[in-house]
Amino acid sequence: MKNIFKTSCLILFVIIANYQVKAAEKTDPLKIDWSFKGMFGKFDRSSLQRGYQVYTEVCASCHSLKYLSYRNLTEKGGPEFTEEQAKAIAANFEVKDGPNDEGEMFLRPAKLSDKFVKPYENEKAAQAANGGAYPPDMSVLVKARNGGADYIYSVLIGYEEPLSDIMLDDGVYYNKYMYGNKIKMPKPLEEGVVEYNDGTPATEEQMAKDIVTFLAWSAEPHLEARHKMGFKAIIYLIILTILVYFSMKKIWSRIESKV
Amino acid sequence: MSDHEYIPKSKFGKWFNDRLPLLTLTNHLTDYPTPKNLNYWWTFGGILTFCLIAQIVTGLTLAMHYIAHADLAFESVEHIMRDVNYGWLIRYIHSNGSSMFFLAVYIHIFRSMFYGSYKSPREIIWIIGIIIYVLMMAAAFMGYVLPWGQMSFWGATVITNLFSAIPLVGEGIVTWLWGGYSVDNPTLTRFFALHYLIPFLILGLVVLHIWALHIPGNNNPIGIDVKKPSKDTIPFHPYIVIKDAFALLMFVLVFAFFVFYSPNILGHADNYIEANPLVTPTHIVPEWYLLPFYAILRSIPDKLMGVVAMLSAILVLAALPWLDTSKIRSAVFRPLYKQFFWILLIDVITLGYVGAMPAEGLYLLVARVATGYYFLHFLVILPVLGFKERTMPLPLSISEPVLSGSTNLSKESLN
Repeated sequence: MKNIFKTSCLILFVIIANYQVKAAEKTDPLKIDWSFKGMFGKFDRSSLQRGYQVYTEVCASCHSLKYLSYRNLTEKGGPEFTEEQAKAIAANFEVKDGPNDEGEMFLRPAKLSDKFVKPYENEKAAQAANGGAYPPDMSVLVKARNGGADYIYSVLIGYEEPLSDIMLDDGVYYNKYMYGNKIKMPKPLEEGVVEYNDGTPATEEQMAKDIVTFLAWSAEPHLEARHKMGFKAIIYLIILTILVYFSMKKIWSRIESKV
Repeated sequence: MSDHEYIPKSKFGKWFNDRLPLLTLTNHLTDYPTPKNLNYWWTFGGILTFCLIAQIVTGLTLAMHYIAHADLAFESVEHIMRDVNYGWLIRYIHSNGSSMFFLAVYIHIFRSMFYGSYKSPREIIWIIGIIIYVLMMAAAFMGYVLPWGQMSFWGATVITNLFSAIPLVGEGIVTWLWGGYSVDNPTLTRFFALHYLIPFLILGLVVLHIWALHIPGNNNPIGIDVKKPSKDTIPFHPYIVIKDAFALLMFVLVFAFFVFYSPNILGHADNYIEANPLVTPTHIVPEWYLLPFYAILRSIPDKLMGVVAMLSAILVLAALPWLDTSKIRSAVFRPLYKQFFWILLIDVITLGYVGAMPAEGLYLLVARVATGYYFLHFLVILPVLGFKERTMPLPLSISEPVLSGSTNLSKESLN
């Protein structure tokens, strides 16, 4: 009868082994040592600020960030621009407001309380401008893809010349890490496409790292608060658990049973 | 309920208790004689009560900020995550809470199976438990639809479409469930209403579950009847209360790790993409706790039979007290049953694993074998085993395990 148990384990092992083989066939995303990973993970403030620069100068021409407001740029745990800086950033954009007293809609410079201005009026307009492909909103993109930050980073630097036996249509590009290897977004990052204010050399990898850090924050703006609170909560729970454990031992010592 | 009449000491207490015997109830709950050899697998009842309350409290708070509308639901969830004070915490507790709830309920169910807690005279407790479990699955499924992400939408489409397998009226039922001709706003609003209702139904059933438990009292690791109160029992308070509290804290520690350090690991990335009826995700997969039944559903080539198999897999559990013909409760004294118990556990985990994989090739084959074995276990092995198995001698009481020759029985655990 013990054999039944062993055989079951063996079958399970075969299945798992089979899965591992299958998993190895696709190109796994690169593993980056992000500063925001782990229990004490924090965003790199200057990387977030550079990432915002990459977003406005490169991505924002096609991709919206609709769940973010300009005020978020000043908030703790984010890029932490000063209020003046954020106000200046917002003032670069125009939003439609109204109706005013005459019943007219009007344009005004964006304020801190406004949401990030979208590049296109609506999804159809975005598709029309991009050969039928809809550039997805990037607010929660890092959480919306398997592999998260590593995956987005890999795709950004994964553009390659296609192998000779792969035929690509017009407006379709080969990407080593993209699901299905075909992507409709042209290679977005070229060395020197942005010029960083802090003097960091704008290599492809550096820009990819910065924008992904920025997007990781935009997907999870309270990550730092979560990590901090988690640490306190777990320390508290461990102490409480130990205290309750000894109380339990004391209480159970009144009877002969073991707990 | 109590074996002795309880008389409150104060005059007011007596006056009140004569009119509404709440103090008698409290007295019963604190004095409730509990077998003294309960192991840590018995702490999951209390843990589950905590899970239910946590889900209700966080859910209530989320409902204050959530908007049940197809155009606004996804955005309102992002609003909770970004702008509501500690909204991220409340939502992550709620979403991970469902997984922790199921983790606890599976341990609770398998504990009951190992120690034969469903057997006479505890059949009604078990059946109420199964009803609670089914309601939990309904609540979890509908809750997963509410954020209106891709997996919400397509999960709802796949599961509601199962009803179309019913001959003649199937299509009509699906339209009725949807409130239209596809999963859309009316579906979302009714799912929200039901998702809000079900936890309170569960709460009511939990009261009945505990009430039914307090008639015969707890089963115990050696599965013999215990005289109450006797030297084999201890009062619920403080002994079991403090032990449950300790176990609960250990559980909450695990819970906290998920909430604070990997809050999305148990979900699907696709559910952070807003629902889009025009784009089908490559793999539509339910949450992990529904995977074994999903695997059973997909292992049958015929749609109607697949649905029948899936429902039977759940309903067969309700018949367990009568399918298991052995008079001996605890697997500790059933050497063969013990083996089959572990095989069933592996079988269910295997089903869960293949349920997450594409239904093709080896996965499909394994799913079919595992589905076959699942029913074989309940419909053939258990009834036959009760007659064929040579069980070990039972001890006379918890304190005097004379017949077994073992002095360590109170420590006997799942291992």
